[in-house]
Amino acid sequence: MSTLSVEHLLGIKHLTKEDIHLIFETTDHFKQVINRPIKKVPSLRDITIANLFFENSTRTKLSFEIAQKRLSADVINFSAGQSSLKKGETLIDTVNNILSMKVDMVVMRHPKPGAAEFLMQHVDAKIINAGDGAHEHPTQALLDTYSIREKLGHVEGKKVVIVGDILHSRVALSNIFALQLLGAKVKVCGPKSLIPKYIEELGVEVETNLKKALQWCDVANMLRVQNERMEVSYFPSTREYTQQYGVTKALLDELDKPIVIMHPGPINRGVEITSDVADSNQAIILDQVENGVAIRMAVTYLLASKIKS
Amino acid sequence: MSQKVLLNEKEVNIILHRLACQLIEKHNDFSNTILVGLQPRGKHLADRLLQLLKSDYNISDTQIGYLDITFYRDDFRRSNKVLEASETQMNFIVEGKNVVFIDDVLYTGRSIRAALTAIQSYGRPKSIELLILIDRRFSRHLPIQPDYRGRQVDAIDEEKVVVNWKETQGEDNVYLIKQ
Repeated sequence: MSTLSVEHLLGIKHLTKEDIHLIFETTDHFKQVINRPIKKVPSLRDITIANLFFENSTRTKLSFEIAQKRLSADVINFSAGQSSLKKGETLIDTVNNILSMKVDMVVMRHPKPGAAEFLMQHVDAKIINAGDGAHEHPTQALLDTYSIREKLGHVEGKKVVIVGDILHSRVALSNIFALQLLGAKVKVCGPKSLIPKYIEELGVEVETNLKKALQWCDVANMLRVQNERMEVSYFPSTREYTQQYGVTKALLDELDKPIVIMHPGPINRGVEITSDVADSNQAIILDQVENGVAIRMAVTYLLASKIKS
Repeated sequence: MSQKVLLNEKEVNIILHRLACQLIEKHNDFSNTILVGLQPRGKHLADRLLQLLKSDYNISDTQIGYLDITFYRDDFRRSNKVLEASETQMNFIVEGKNVVFIDDVLYTGRSIRAALTAIQSYGRPKSIELLILIDRRFSRHLPIQPDYRGRQVDAIDEEKVVVNWKETQGEDNVYLIKQ
């Protein structure tokens, strides 16, 4: 086993193909660990990790926390809602105060793109980006590609379409980087108003017809419409969005082959996918959640091994 | 660099038979015993003993597992060597069983300490014993001694004991290599 080429996990953009393979191999081991009767190993018992969430999160925060606890790290949690940020403290001050309590690693989610990189430049701890605005969400992309590898054997050569709100999605960007690095072909599909203007420069094709996109792909990754990030209307109504970009059982049955359905959660049932699709055998949504814990254990373990004792 | 043969193929074979017999003496039909090869290198010795018990002593159905101890080691972040994990295959729980740890070389004893912690994830064994092919005495960091040993050697820290197996290196033998 070699070691990661990076000191922090800020985004998939900074990783190499070898890094991702190393993370996947390590994840295989941790997936075995979390399926044992006692789901815990003592590797990180002298490491303290702070989870700083400046933006709401349920799944990612729980997933990180459980991953850290399975590795026996000490964990402190911080949510913006209950903090001194409201009293006017800056990000650096907040974080430095936390670091003075001898924290070795920081997992941060922040509404501003680049927040993780900014933090890395100013504080002396390993940083894991748990989502920075509409920029990157590397662990989500890792768990998505790991889930594809688990379901289909490998990622290389597979055709993946990312459907929905690409414009506001950090999941989309990180997924595009990870999929391309691993040799998959990527298309995005959604209303023109929700697709970034220069997305083709990333080597991604745009398809506005959902049925054509599904016919082409092996895997469809369905994204949520992020109403909370929208200051103006991007489509006439939710009903109209669903009619054009919602995946239904009937639509899937019309295709010549079964495709894999993914969703990073939280699902808006009946909007981007119907309940019968979300709960069908084709959907690997809950596998994604399980793999998320193992992926986060692997990333945390690999970065922690770079902390000088 | 110089190397010396500690055990040749014939000697390895004799020792394997003796260790198998010692195990039988203690564990009879192995009905409540589990052999656990410590990954990565103890696996080969464990497999070999299992095979021998079956072919020469007619003891089949012995339970065997392979335990990886990487995530239980106490030198994480303390050495420059990157720790490499292997696969754990433990398809049973060890509650109330007599467990025999099997490894090729016993050196500082730290791997065995890690294994003692790791095995707890699979229940509380009735007893744990240790079977070792090569025991490097005088180099222990911890109070750990084998219950069954193939050969005891005196080797200084600069020397390395290398165990080769037919399955992986094409021959059975043990070398002492001086850097």
